[in-house]
Formats: sequence, C-alpha cells, structure tokens
Amino acid sequence: MANMAQAIRMALHVGETQLGVTDIFGQDVGMPLGGVFTATQGLENTWNAPLDERGIVGAAIGLGLAGDRAVAEIQFCDYIFNTIDLLKMAGNTYWATNGNYNLPITLMTPVGAGIRGSIYHSHSFDAWASRLPGWKVVMPSNALDAYGLLISAIKDPNPVMFLKPKALLRVRGEELIPGEPESEKELKAMIDAPIGDRSNWKAKWPNTEIYEVPIGQGKVTREGTDATIVTYGRHVLMANTVADRMRDQGRSIEVIDLRSIYPYDWSLIKSSISKTGRVLFLNEDTEVTNFAEHLVYRCTQELFYELMARPRVLAGKNLPGIGLHANLEENSVPQERDIERELSELLEEVP
Amino acid sequence: MTRKKASKKKGKTSSPSRSKSKKAKKSATKKATKKSAAKKTTSRKKTTTSKQPPKKKLGSLELDKETLLGMHDLMVKSRKLEERMIQIYKRGDAYFWIGAPGEEAFGVALGMQIQKGQGPEYDYSHLHYRCTPTLIAMGMEMEPAIRLIMNKATDPCTGGRNFSNHYCFPEWNIVPVTSPIEVQYSAAIGTAIAQRRRGNKGISIVSGGDAGTAEGDFASSLIWSSRPGFELPMYITVQNNRWGISTDYGSQHGEKYIADRGRAFGMRTGYYNGNDPIETYLAIQDDMYYIRRNGLPVLAEFEVSRLYGHSSASGANPTGDVCCIELFEDKLLRHGILTKELIKERHDQYQEEARSVAEKVRTEADPQADTIWDNVWVDNENADWRKF
Repeated sequence: MANMAQAIRMALHVGETQLGVTDIFGQDVGMPLGGVFTATQGLENTWNAPLDERGIVGAAIGLGLAGDRAVAEIQFCDYIFNTIDLLKMAGNTYWATNGNYNLPITLMTPVGAGIRGSIYHSHSFDAWASRLPGWKVVMPSNALDAYGLLISAIKDPNPVMFLKPKALLRVRGEELIPGEPESEKELKAMIDAPIGDRSNWKAKWPNTEIYEVPIGQGKVTREGTDATIVTYGRHVLMANTVADRMRDQGRSIEVIDLRSIYPYDWSLIKSSISKTGRVLFLNEDTEVTNFAEHLVYRCTQELFYELMARPRVLAGKNLPGIGLHANLEENSVPQERDIERELSELLEEVP
Repeated sequence: MTRKKASKKKGKTSSPSRSKSKKAKKSATKKATKKSAAKKTTSRKKTTTSKQPPKKKLGSLELDKETLLGMHDLMVKSRKLEERMIQIYKRGDAYFWIGAPGEEAFGVALGMQIQKGQGPEYDYSHLHYRCTPTLIAMGMEMEPAIRLIMNKATDPCTGGRNFSNHYCFPEWNIVPVTSPIEVQYSAAIGTAIAQRRRGNKGISIVSGGDAGTAEGDFASSLIWSSRPGFELPMYITVQNNRWGISTDYGSQHGEKYIADRGRAFGMRTGYYNGNDPIETYLAIQDDMYYIRRNGLPVLAEFEVSRLYGHSSASGANPTGDVCCIELFEDKLLRHGILTKELIKERHDQYQEEARSVAEKVRTEADPQADTIWDNVWVDNENADWRKF
C-alpha cells in the first residue's frame, strides 16, 4: 500500500499527464529533493521557487488568471501567514469580478503537530482556512483519500486548499489506489527517488486511475449508535482507535471523517447526530474561534431537541505555540486519552 | 539579444530635484503652477536624456501628428470621465471615488501600446486603481467606468461590488484591479510564467504607485522576474506621484530612484517624465520592444502628478499639481498641431459625453440584495452554508 506522500505524488502525476497541471512548485518542491516530505519527487512539471511565500501564492494566482493549472506548495503552514491577504484575494476573485475570472488553483501545505515539530512546524491551519470564503478546503486522513481529494482539487475550477496532515505522510493506507501495484517494494522501486545522486533517475509511474473523492463529501469510518465523533486529518486515526477500544467496553461510537472542511458534509453529520444524540467535534487547531465551534453552533440551531448531551469541542489548547518536548506537545493538542475522557463525559451526561 | 548585452543597455537613473511638499506650496495659484511645471519639465529633460537608449531623442515631437492628436484626444476623454466621476461622488451618486487624474500621459501612452486580447499570447495588464486612462486608450467607453462607480447591476467588471477604477475585462486580459496595495506585482509573476512557457510575444505589464513599492510583493516581482535562466517577460512599472495617501515619498524612501532597485537584479531600468506623453510613449515603446524581443524584464519608473488627492477620502479636491494635459496642449499649440478651438471642442465634447452617460447610467438597475451569493464559486454550488 502507498503511503500518503506516495499517493500525493501519484495524484500529481495523473494531474500533470491527464488533467492539465502545468506547474507544481514551491520551496524545494523540484528535484533533487522533491519536497521536504518527498511528496513531489519524480514529477515532470515541478520546479523550485524562491523562498518567498507571497511570490509562490501570487504566481499561482497569476497562473490561474492565465488559465493554467497550478499546484503550489507552502512548505509548512506555519509559513503561510504572510500570504493571508493573497489567499483572501484568491478566494474573492471570482466573486469580486462577478464571475469574470475564476482561479483553478490548488495550494498544498502540511499542517498539524505529531512530528515533534516545535513552535514553527506544528501549526494547524484548518480553522484559519475555513475563514477564507471562496476557497474549498480539504484534508485527507489516509492515502486513498489523499489521492482522490487531490485529483478532485486539481479538477475543481475554484481555489482549493489541500491540507496535508504531516504526521500521516509516511502512514500507509489500508486500501489500494486503483492501479497501484500491490507490492510496497515494487511501488517504492518505481516512484521513490534513490538516496544519493538522482540526476539520472526517473520515476516509473504505475498506471493509476482517475479516482475522485468528491469535495464536500465525508465518510463514516466507524459505525456506532451511542455518540458521534466528527473529525478530520490525523485525528481520524486517533478517533478510530478510541472507538475500537470503547467498543470492547461495550460503547458504540460513530466516527465521521469529514475530509472536506469547507464545504462540509452537513447531511452526514446531521444524520449521525440525529441517531446518536451525542457529538464530539475533534481537531487540533486552537480552540478559540475554532471551526468546530461553527459546527456546534449549527448543531444547536438545527438539532437542539435531538441532543442528549451538550455538544463538545476538543481542540488544541489556545496557546501561542506547541512546545517541543513530548510532555508539552501532548498536553497542547488532543491525544487519545483526551478523546476517551471527553467521550466518557459525553456518554455519561444525563439530559 | 543576450542577457549580458541587455545589461549593457541599461540606463542610469537620476533624481527629481524637489520634494512634493515644497512644490505643493509653490503651486497655490495656477500661474505659480505653470511656472513650477516648466521648471519641473526642464529638469526632467536633463535627467532623462542622459540615461535613455541612444536611438531615441526623447521629449521632442518624434511621433506623427495622428498619434499625437490621438493621444491628446484620449487623455482629454479620460480626464473628463474622471472629473465626472468625482462629480458623481460629490453629488452622492457614488460612495467612493479613486482614480487617475494626472496620470493620463502615462496611462494613455501605455494603453495605446498594449496588445489586447484574451489569453497568454496577448499582454496581461495587472493595473492599479489609477488606470482609467489606460482602459480608455484600449477602447473602453465611458459607460463601464460610470456603471462601476455607481455600483450598478450593469457594471461589467464587478456587478456593483467594488470601487471605481477597479476594472476587470477578461477579453482584454485586464485582470482584476484590487484594493490591497502591490499584490498585483506578485500575481503578474504567474501570468508572465504562463507567457514564458508559450514563448510568444505576450508580456505581463504591472503598474502601481511609489508608496506600494515598500511592500514585499514589489521585491517579489524583481526577484522572480530575474531568476537566472528563468527570466520573465514582465514590464514592471511604477507611477511615482510622490505620495502614499498623505505621506510624502521623501519622508519614507531613502532610495534616490525606485528604478534603481532593478539594477541590483541586472535588469534594464529607466526613469521617465511621466507627465510628458511623448517621452513616455517612446520609453514604453522601446521597453516593450525589448521585452518582447528578449523575454527579459524591465523596471520603469514614471514621475506623474496627482491632481485630485488620493481619493474621495481626502476630499477629491484639486491639488494644484502639474497637469500633463495642459503641458501637452501647450506643446502641441506651439508646434501648430492643435488649435485652441480644437482643444475647446474636445473638452466640451467629452464633458458633455460624460454628463449624458452619467445621466443615463443613473437610471439603470441596482444589484438585487439576493445576488450576494452569486459567483462565490464557479457554478455557485453550496455557496450558502445554510443550504449545504
């Protein structure tokens, strides 16, 4: 099975060979490195940009205005903040021009903690991104979804932000990408650049299919009846683990992998909460004005009389950064133990 | 032409010799203004002739009569349109005015030479909010500008959503003018990359003011356009009116010329009297030829006037600054190309046209409130979260 970085690479290959992607660029995106997480190795249309995030986003906007299909990368979302006004501009271009110009661009950036990344390699961006109207925002939790969401992002005529959960980029999927070789070794030999001199190396791409995960469509990863967890990215894996553990204790937890942060799959969320009456919204961005708070608001507006307990948000603590030491990081963003504790309280609450 | 040869042709830049605030004091009366203008023009001739490519003697009447008369016609048309738009604001028919009076010499000279069309084979224009003269020179009529400032549903650029001078015409590669200062210098990188890839003669033109060059996007345009082996066909222009709203250039900029910043990147630079349409036209012609031929960037700075302040936020009242149209008319009169009668006729004609267009547009429909959700996304899917 491909890991998420390989899946992204294969989706980009499909993008540049079948979907008209003209440019895949950012700092260290081109060879020889092919991205700090190797997600852009071996592709034809990659190139290295100056260390200039504003230039990267601006260039992507310009390429979109010219009708080309660009996939740009900000190396870590921690360094995207000086582009906020350009992101706002990209999001409002179609609206501000009343439909004269659309921007078919994809912006990738790794997000979140979980790799001991210290203060400036652990940021999240999902809550920030959800406040950029005009953008679509997606975040996969596994290799197959990464492949399918990225292809959907590339095909979309609007700006799409593809948030890469950096802690999952080396995690192998449980489902094959259509056309992917079954052997991990075989795939590695085909598309992983060798250590050392890469000047004569060329990837041999498997013939993977155009597989799309529709933007705006979530997925139930664990079915349950007692409570619902709505999450995305690396916390899907944590939620699944906790749900499996609690199932052994006789509790039935439903887990929804939102996959798209905006637009989000409200009908899936709504139907699950209507069934369980209890919901925990889970992510690792900071907790104040967190995107989950919007979902809680909507939940109380539309499902108030169906709730059996107060809806909860479990998110990153509202801190200026994430400390490097494991004790600090793990006390800053939700861990399995925190999810289990919140769920226990949620399940025990009597209306 | 190789990059090395191109660098050899690079001209030196020189400085205007006075500060804006001193000049403003001198120009309290029309007479004083004319005196100041004459002094300013003379000093610019001295500074600019020494740094230009030698094949053109700038500042003389090197353009044919038809071109000169055409430039004058467009400059007057643009000015009368802008003055009408100020009136529209002052009469309460618009919330805000920002525009280009004083930049007609540059804007018209630029617009006359843009290769207009849609797609990367044509020029892309990343303009700022003082670009009415450029659009007029490209063939825009008065209606779109007035519909835009009046926020009418018929506004073809924004549908009533944005300020005056925030144009957008995809059919001419006029990409959206935005209010944030200098972001156009970053976006221009992208269209230039698209043009470089295709290898045709289309170039990406970007314009902006002097104050905005303090933003990082300006540096981005210099860095990205001059990467070795990946140079971009960008015409990076600065219209230096020596003001950033109320902050004068001299108090914030240590560099003698903004154009000098391009020299560090080995690119061709130029500094021009942007109040002289002939000098400006020839400079742009020369620069565009160079960019189209070599695929290399040029940074050109044009000194211009700001005749009605920054915008309606500062009252949109006359500043007494040098008027490029008056200077041009004086020159054309001296050379017998224009007559006083023709000048008056043109001014009257466009004043009346602007008035009648404004009256017509005033009666047009306003945007409907429920259109706010239109065009959030292509196909407008799921624009309102309440309807997901």
